[in-house]
Parts: sequence; structure tokens; C-alpha cells
Amino acid sequence: MTHRRWFTPWLLAGPALVWLAVFNLWPAVNTVILSFTNARPLGGGHFTGLENYRRALDDEQLTDALVNSVVYLLVCLPLLTLLPLLLALLVEKRLPGITFFRTAFYTPVVASAVVVGLVWGWVLDDRGLLNGLLHQLGLADRPVSFLTDRWLLLFSAIALTVWKGLGYYMVIYLSALGNVGRELHEAAAVDGASATRRFWHVTLPGVRPAMLLISVLVSVSALRIFSELHVLSNGTGGPGGRDMSVVMLIQMYSRGFTGHIGYASALSILLFVLTVGPMLVLARLNRKAA
Amino acid sequence: MTTPGRAPRAGERTVRYLLLLLVLLLTIGPFLWQLSTSLKGPDDDIWSRTPSFLPDAPTLANYAQVADTIPVWTYAANSLVVAGIAVAGNAVGATLAGFALARLRFRGARLAFGLFAATLVLPGEVTIVSQYVTVRSLGLTDTLLGVALPGAIGMLNVLLMYTAFRAVPPELDAAALVDGANAWQRLVHVGLPNVRGMLSVVVIFTFIAAWDDFLWPLIVLDDPGRYTLTVGLQYLDGTFSANPRLIAAGTMIAFLPVVAVFAALQRFFFKGVEEGAIKG
Repeated sequence: MTHRRWFTPWLLAGPALVWLAVFNLWPAVNTVILSFTNARPLGGGHFTGLENYRRALDDEQLTDALVNSVVYLLVCLPLLTLLPLLLALLVEKRLPGITFFRTAFYTPVVASAVVVGLVWGWVLDDRGLLNGLLHQLGLADRPVSFLTDRWLLLFSAIALTVWKGLGYYMVIYLSALGNVGRELHEAAAVDGASATRRFWHVTLPGVRPAMLLISVLVSVSALRIFSELHVLSNGTGGPGGRDMSVVMLIQMYSRGFTGHIGYASALSILLFVLTVGPMLVLARLNRKAA
Repeated sequence: MTTPGRAPRAGERTVRYLLLLLVLLLTIGPFLWQLSTSLKGPDDDIWSRTPSFLPDAPTLANYAQVADTIPVWTYAANSLVVAGIAVAGNAVGATLAGFALARLRFRGARLAFGLFAATLVLPGEVTIVSQYVTVRSLGLTDTLLGVALPGAIGMLNVLLMYTAFRAVPPELDAAALVDGANAWQRLVHVGLPNVRGMLSVVVIFTFIAAWDDFLWPLIVLDDPGRYTLTVGLQYLDGTFSANPRLIAAGTMIAFLPVVAVFAALQRFFFKGVEEGAIKG
């Protein structure tokens, strides 16, 4: 017996269970329910069947948002799976001052996406630092419109996401590298394996599980993107509102006079279905590896 | 690349430091540029096509002026209230639940654990609309409590505390049981002293996440007087984009507290990383 009164565990776990039910399970169920209604921020809420999903099929802004998501994912996935590994290898060794570098590289992670968006918004401005440097180096005679061009704005936001994510995934790799035995490395070195060979045959297999996990985390967060695009476009979604993400659409329809909670819920379900994809791939690959 | 742990040769060492400095410039540079802009006075030409990195006459006037433009200190206080509720709620709620799941045997424990874990595949953005509907039916829209409440006990934190309590050697517990200690005494005297590392990680990251959050407070809050710092900054950017010095000052007010918290407590974090606490 681990406790005397039967209700002791329920008393201790009680608050967390209430939060589980009220703020996690119920919203999940309710999102499904709301997606079949015409609920609005003020009133509504009648069952309308598949109406919201039908509307999504014809929504051009949603099409743009999905294209943006695919581009986001395709660029982020290779960059944020590989660059943080190189970074982890760089800070792995205990050189003097390495703690400072590790902490500094992690700083963009702890900064709010809003802060990062404002900092980079000023760097990427028509009259900002980057355009100034490009001008000085003679690489551009006219300012590059990083923030007002449909595609450049999207790629600027992607650059922000990659920049902000480097430190986060670096730490996961760092932890994984700690688990790759030092003995294995030394044995390989004694056997005369070159650094490159050791990277391919010792390091890479050792961090493979971390790499799989990271590629899923990167994919899912690319689909969930919101703040970077919102802040860089000043909440407008870029020229013609074409630089929207799915979450920006959800936010847009959740509030105000144009609000449509039913439709926003249908978009949420769509978002969930999209994020399940990468997770299923991970589960499959893990089973294969096991 | 050489064997980890072995002292690198001088040449390799130089290359490594050069690379470290290059990455440092790329990660910290933009923040320093913003800091520099926030310290530039009206006589400093911030629009010059030849960027000047240091302010000619550094001034804190922008920090005072940003407070005249938006109630930035009120916003900071609001963020602090939200982060405070989140930290307190998670430190208590996640610890109690993690302990119960890891250390007490009871019917339904496995089901409860499974449900906590299942929520991890559900991105917060997916339920944010119905979360808003819930908060509205509790009458908490446009309040700081409404912002803080849903995250006041995070499911991930429950699982992290569960993992930490699981790792406490069972012998310690067994001895306490023989001595007739009850569940509460075992939590306080055996459990807590052994999970301080994980608890500090939970506290640090709960604070940072709550302080940094943008989407959720943006949805819940209407009244500009109740904004949190991130929402207020976005508002500042939209309204007074003419003066980047003020935006820069506001950005620093939002940025520096989390950097301070993280810098002060980073050793707990990286110690955990090196011990492989965060499993890949």
C-alpha cells in the first residue's frame, strides 16, 4: 500500500485532472462540434453539417496559406535538421568560454517571437541595416523590399524561424551527442578512422533518433507558424493578404465582426490533420528502426 | 572533428573560435543593433545608408518616451501577473500530479497518464478557438486571469515532473514507508529534494513561455489597457511605426527580462542537457 486513504492520489492529481478535462480534452471535442456549426463570436451556433468544410474548399486565402505552409516546411526541414547538428558539434567540446557561446546561441530561443519579429523587421526594413550593408557593398542599387514583396516576405519569415530555432534544436542534438559514447569515438580513432569517416559511421548513427524527432518537430512547427508572419506583415498578412498562414486565418476568424467560430474550428481541424502527417511518418520510421 | 573530450590542436582551436565568433555575430548581432537603435538620440541619423553601429550620444530618452506613447510599464506588469500565475500553478499543480502518478499506486492511474500524454500530439493552435469559447463562458474574456488560466497547469509539465519523480530511487521511499510516513510527508521529505533540477527547468520555461506568448493574449484581450507586453508592442509597431527608436526601446523592455532570467539560471538548464535529461 502506498497510501492510507483511497482518495489521496485523486486529491493530489485533482487540479491537473480538472485542467486536463476543461482546458485540453473538452476544447478538442468542442472544436470538432463547433466545426459543424455556424457559431459566431456573438450568437449563432446552429448545426450546418459540412458547410464550413465546403467553404474551405473554395477559400482562396486558405489555398495561399497552404502553399505558404508547404514552402515553409520544405525550406525549414533540411535547414533546421542539419544546421543545428553542425552547431552542436561546434559547441560540444569543452573549450574555455564555451558556456558563454552555448547560452548566447540559445538567446533567440528564449526571446518572444514578437521581439524577434520587431528586431528583424528593423534589420530588413527598406531603409534598414541589411539594405544599408547591401548598398555599401555595392550589391544593390535599390533597396530590396524584404517586407513588402509577397515571396520575399515569406522567405524573410522563414529566415526568422530558422534563425530562432537553431539554438533549440542544437540543445536536443547536444543532449543526444552526450549519449553517443566517447569510447566508441576513441576506439574508431585508434583504428585510424578519419574524422569524416567517424562522423558518418559513429556520430550520425548515434544521433539518428534525435534527428528523426527533430525533423518531426520542425515540420509540425512549420505548419503552426503564426507570430513571425503576423509581426513582419504588421498583422496584414502581406500584400493582398497572400502571406497568411493557417493559424493567422484561425486567429482572424476567431474574433470581431468578421468572426466565424464555426469556420475557424473547421480550419483548426484541418490544421490538426496536417500535423498528424509528420507524426505518423515518425512512428513508422521508429518502428522500422526498432 | 576530433574525439570529444580530447584537447584539440592549436590550429583546430583557432578555426573553432573563429566559427564560434561568426555564429555569435549572427545570433546576437541583430539584438545589439536593436539595442544600439534604442539608445540613439534624435540627432543620430538612423536612416543613413551607411549604418553607424554605435550611438553618437547614447540616451535613455527613448525608454521614457515609449512610456508616454503606450503604457509600457503597465504592460510589463500585466505580463508579470500572467507569468506569475502560470509559474505558481505549474509549480504546484504539475508537481502534485506528477508525484501522484509516479509514486502512488491507484486504479485509473494508467488511464490518467495516457490522457496526459495524448494531449501532447495536440498543438495548442488547434484548440485555441474553442479555448476562447470556454474562457468566454467562464466570463473571463479581456482579463489577465483569462489569459493565464488555461496554461496554469501544463500537461507537458505534469509529464516532466512524473519523469523526475520516477527517477527517485525506490529505496528512499521504502525507508520512509517503513517509518510510517504518509503520502504528503514522502512528497515533501523524499520527493521534492530529489526533483529540484526538473522543477527549476519547469519554472524557468513556464515563465519564459508565458512572458513571450503572443497569439493567446491577442485573442483574449480587447482593452488596450489590459494588454500584455507582446500584444502592446505589436500595437506600438502598428501605430507609431514612424519612430524605430521607440519600437527598439519597447523591444528591449520585453527582451531583457527573459534574457536576465535565462542567463541567471542557464546552468541548471545546460547541466540537465549534458546529463542527457532531455532525451533525443
